[in-house]
Amino acid sequence: MTDLAQDLLSSFLVAESQLNGSRNLGVVSLRKKAMDRFEQQGFPTTRDEEWKYTNLKPVLKQDYRILLKGDDAVSFADIKKYLLSDLDTYKLVFINGKYSSWLSESTHQSFDICTFAAALNKYPEVIGDYLGKAAPEGTTFVDLNTAFADDGAFVRIKRNQTVDKPIEILYLTTDENGPAFAQNRNLIIVEQNAEVQIVERHQNIGTQPNFTNFVSEVFAAVDARVSYYKVQNDALHASLVDNTHVVQERGSNVHVGTYSFGGKLVRNNLHFYADGEHTESHMDGVTIIDDGQTVDHHTLVDHREPNCYSRELYKGIYLGNSHGVFNGKVMVRQKAQKTNAFQQNDNILLSERAKVDTKPQLEIFADDVKCSHGCTIGQLDKNALFYLRSRGIPKKEAEGLMTYAFASDALEYVKIPQLEKRLNRVIADKLGINLEFAL
Amino acid sequence: MLKIKDLKAQVEDNQILKGINLEINAGEVHAIMGPNGSGKSTLSSVIAGREDYEVTQGAIDFDGEDLLDLDPEERAHKGIFLSFQYPVEIPGVTVSNFIKTAINESRKGRGEEPMEAREMLAKMREKSALLEMDKSYLSRSLNEGFSGGEKKRNEIFQMAMLEPKLAILDETDSGLDIDALRIVANGVNKLRSKDNAVVVITHYQRLLDYIKPDYVHVLYQGKIVKSGGPELAHELEERGYDWIKAENA
Repeated sequence: MTDLAQDLLSSFLVAESQLNGSRNLGVVSLRKKAMDRFEQQGFPTTRDEEWKYTNLKPVLKQDYRILLKGDDAVSFADIKKYLLSDLDTYKLVFINGKYSSWLSESTHQSFDICTFAAALNKYPEVIGDYLGKAAPEGTTFVDLNTAFADDGAFVRIKRNQTVDKPIEILYLTTDENGPAFAQNRNLIIVEQNAEVQIVERHQNIGTQPNFTNFVSEVFAAVDARVSYYKVQNDALHASLVDNTHVVQERGSNVHVGTYSFGGKLVRNNLHFYADGEHTESHMDGVTIIDDGQTVDHHTLVDHREPNCYSRELYKGIYLGNSHGVFNGKVMVRQKAQKTNAFQQNDNILLSERAKVDTKPQLEIFADDVKCSHGCTIGQLDKNALFYLRSRGIPKKEAEGLMTYAFASDALEYVKIPQLEKRLNRVIADKLGINLEFAL
Repeated sequence: MLKIKDLKAQVEDNQILKGINLEINAGEVHAIMGPNGSGKSTLSSVIAGREDYEVTQGAIDFDGEDLLDLDPEERAHKGIFLSFQYPVEIPGVTVSNFIKTAINESRKGRGEEPMEAREMLAKMREKSALLEMDKSYLSRSLNEGFSGGEKKRNEIFQMAMLEPKLAILDETDSGLDIDALRIVANGVNKLRSKDNAVVVITHYQRLLDYIKPDYVHVLYQGKIVKSGGPELAHELEERGYDWIKAENA
């Protein structure tokens, strides 16, 4: 057993009685069982098929603070740049895992946009119905999170409600006498025919190599519509394992966009379970990383019912000695006839030292389906490069422009114009090109 | 303006240009004709600086400067423009963003200030009207989903914006219907002056009815085998290329 695993086990004994929900017997039992499973299983290694290409060892050998304190010294000025400007939003801000009410703007009026801790007290029956129902038991990071997650965002949109403005969820970590191991959890419940847009971000504003193990459970009821954007542009000494699990009922439409530019090691486990007919599941993302960075996208779409559609488009641009991983699993169960599943992963290596492992994984048990998948790894098209240069655009700018063009079509489904503009700017900055986006 | 002397070029080990001599002065229009595979597109690519071709002999002098040492973008900054036979699609970059970048990078390359936004906009309006392009055109992604005719018009629009000294039109007439051909030719004619020159590369006489050349050259097997006035184009239209091939067999 690793030192970190031992620390976690002993910390749990202390934490158990202090965590939010310690009077809720159901929650207490969930936590205990999850911790037992963790004790049995420990952390995955590169011998596990699911972690073959991403080595956690350097991140796990760090000595972490596990039971964190909030940080009152953080002001709005410190975090402003991590929020969308020119846009009114609901805001849920957490610092070292603790809710910061003075930086947040929550509501209980027509819908609940509040904290997991508040919901534990206010809606114990809702927590009982949903908590742990999307994220699968038996996966190390989910189990660990279930055991330790003390707080996070709770979003419940009631039937037929459309949230009037987007929700921004910001998880900050600061310096805490050593690197922090932060574990937060979202519970997002979107009832029948309701609609919500969420922008989420994890940000290390300190100097320590903080590590975040995050779980988000999303429940989209009949005809619900969810847009969920993950902006991953963290400090280069921060690492993240994101476990996002989406359960969809009939006719629901869920889009999760993941935009990965920062962090030392980022692993996204994104799972969709299409549990009703006529669902639409959209997953897309842009990854642009440089020296010393790894971004690993592990996706799963589980088609369990007939007549569903899924679309998956991931674009990766790798500089320096960066390393990208894409593993896209599409499962089509025997019952799921007329499934239409599309998957595409395109990568550009801008350096000879950059590396990509890409693996489509289709398991199809129905006979009347349309499933397509493709992956490409390449360099920029020489003919196009010459075209741009012949118009007077220098080589470096031409490469930037082409790379930008390559990435930008994965932003097509971003429905918040301010976010789209911001992402375009980040991409242009990363590629060293200057474009005006007013047009 | 442009002096090409005994130019030989190859791609991999395949010799394509086998000694081209050509002189073009300001104010002139030259047509280069010839059968498929004679080296027409190679010649235009070599002038514009495509790196796939290796120049093994000869020189290209442009306004007293050796072009062969320059990168494609530097040649563009000096005033060379190549209209592509197959323009490239660049999704996510609008026509207006692209042309702004091209103009201002060219200005930067010449040590000039960027163009004022207002001047840029006025110029875009004027030139897009000249080519009878709809306003929405400017905010579309470059060449993405454009018809063949729209792509060619967009090439001439860029030429109009960049105001090159030497414009090379590589098979600009291919894929154009008669209306688009007229618009494109009209655009090129409006841009002609005593200070610039145009090279029209084409298979057919058709475009030359609209853009009237001063000189016509026939390229065959990597060499200019015949030069003459506009009447040569008519002769080729009537007789085809077989007699040229026979003369050079």
